[in-house]
Amino acid sequence: MEALAFSDVTLELADRIILSRVSFSIEEGEFVGLLGPNGAGKTTLLRALLGLVPATTGRIRVFSGAAAGADEAIGYMPQTRSSNVGLRLSGWDFVACAAKGQRFGLPLLDRALRFDVDRAIALVDAAGLARRPLVELSGGERQRLLLAQALLGKPRLLLLDEPLLSLDLNHQKSIVSLVSELNRELGLTVLFSAHEINPLVGAIDRVLYLGNRQAAIGTVDEVITSAVLSRLYGTDIDVVRLQARVFVMAGAFEIERDEHRHDV
Amino acid sequence: MFEYEFMVNAFEAETIVAIAASLVGYFLVLRGQTFAGHALSHVGFAGATGAVLMGVSPLLGLLAATVLAGAGMGFLGERFQHRDVAIGIVLAMSLGCGLLFLHFFTAYAAQATALLFGNVLGVEAPTVLALLGLGVVTVAGLAVISRPLLFATLQPELAEAKGVSLRGVSVLFLVIVALATAASVQIVGILLVFTLMIAPAAAAQRVTIRLWPGLLLSVVLALVEAWFGLTLAFYTDWPTSFWITALGAAFYVLALIGRRGAPVHRHEHVHEHTHAHGHERHVRKQGASASPGLDKPERMPPLVEEMSAQARSLSSQNHEH
Ligand SMILES: Nc1ncnc2c1ncn2[C@@H]1O[C@H](COP(=O)(O)OP(=O)(O)OP(=O)(O)O)[C@@H](O)[C@H]1O
Ligand SMILES: [Mg+2]
Repeated sequence: MEALAFSDVTLELADRIILSRVSFSIEEGEFVGLLGPNGAGKTTLLRALLGLVPATTGRIRVFSGAAAGADEAIGYMPQTRSSNVGLRLSGWDFVACAAKGQRFGLPLLDRALRFDVDRAIALVDAAGLARRPLVELSGGERQRLLLAQALLGKPRLLLLDEPLLSLDLNHQKSIVSLVSELNRELGLTVLFSAHEINPLVGAIDRVLYLGNRQAAIGTVDEVITSAVLSRLYGTDIDVVRLQARVFVMAGAFEIERDEHRHDV
Repeated sequence: MFEYEFMVNAFEAETIVAIAASLVGYFLVLRGQTFAGHALSHVGFAGATGAVLMGVSPLLGLLAATVLAGAGMGFLGERFQHRDVAIGIVLAMSLGCGLLFLHFFTAYAAQATALLFGNVLGVEAPTVLALLGLGVVTVAGLAVISRPLLFATLQPELAEAKGVSLRGVSVLFLVIVALATAASVQIVGILLVFTLMIAPAAAAQRVTIRLWPGLLLSVVLALVEAWFGLTLAFYTDWPTSFWITALGAAFYVLALIGRRGAPVHRHEHVHEHTHAHGHERHVRKQGASASPGLDKPERMPPLVEEMSAQARSLSSQNHEH
């Protein structure tokens, strides 16, 4: 069954076209990597699925309904990891703020919600982190709590925006294998944005690659090719494979890496 | 001391305001908006003195000014609320306007001191009632929005995705802050609102990392500050506001020292903490983790620095008179 679909969708931000007449669909239970250079529109695409960015042409469907109506079924991990607020609170309280946090009233959780928070924390193996203040946690540890937040309320679709940002290789691996497990064992559909394909190779079913206002979807072998990427980058791209790793090169530069070096 | 009616009024007023201010303060500290909250009270100074000039009750002028400023700040959004320079200029400008209004109405020197530093011993029964009204509205308002407020504070993007209006929450919260500020001014005055709102909450957040215990402790500390401040003022004849600020600062310092002095207690849960992911399995050493974060400066200007800045601005005012 189809989990989400774009048909002929254009997304604009402040009159700038980010994606132009894009169509693709993702099946339930798929683990899809969302790639593309900085500013390609990965975050915008995910926000559109949440109903926060309207489609100016075409239609976005999430579980065969309109995008905005699917809040309950979607777990979302935003890219912006704010910041300097609430750092003295425990990890548990941090995760818990998202448990039906949109309701008016006191931030008091009933039994079922407390159980849900504990379950989400256990799923990402963060029981120890939950008892410490955020200020003491490393970036990767906080990322794990963010993932727990996305798992609250038993979502069917996970939209994860750059969960690998600022993680070292080992932590990248552990997040990818964790998400992969959730995908397999709980049958969650996952759309996972990343800057680099290599940490995801082997784990993902398909890649959705954005660039030049367009999108290409397919398996790694179908999409990460010189022809497809040259179209998406608007310049000649070579794809070099070395053992299990893929290098996307423009001339002598390895672009998937060099473009994003500022993040490291 | 309860044989005096003014002491009974003072205790009632302080109890009401301590509860409202410390609860609001907890969220101000959490949101890193303490400076914005501080500025609101200064805007209130211009409002109150302007009202006196126009022959209206200063409490009304104070309320109108703080609520308008709070709502305005909320509409301008997060970015403005973290622009300390812009806020500082508004703050200074308001004090300046207040000074000008006073200049036109020199008979009110005593009232000016009361506005700036509070005069809880002069609170009369009708004011206690007005404070009760303000306090109830503040606490009730906070009770209604606290859950989405917490969500929007800790996880704005996710909250937005779940349908929380970030701007709406921000405006409502700052209006509630404005109400609590207006109430606090009656007790400790415009310049010292910070101490009643922020000090207990900041100390509480140093002591406990849990939400509800933190809120509770914040209220308890504020009540202790207020009650002991009054009692000490009664027996020493020193100003109540001085004692409240002194106790506020003392609790904050104690909270800092207490945390540093008791790392074992703080990390007792950490022993069992392990990462369960194969290659990275390791146990955190409790001593070593005695957190670099602990000494990290917060957005909030330190209490002491704040107080000395106020003293400076005050002495320069006195020169002009
Ligand atoms: N609020 C906004 N108004 C106008 N343009 C915006 C806005 N937010 C983002 N953009 C622009 O939209 C484009 C797509 O941004 P988006 O954040 O979706 O990219 P991304 O693929 O997620 O990039 P990154 O890899 O840096 O996260 C960028 O060119 C960006 O400058
Ligand atoms: Mg992005």
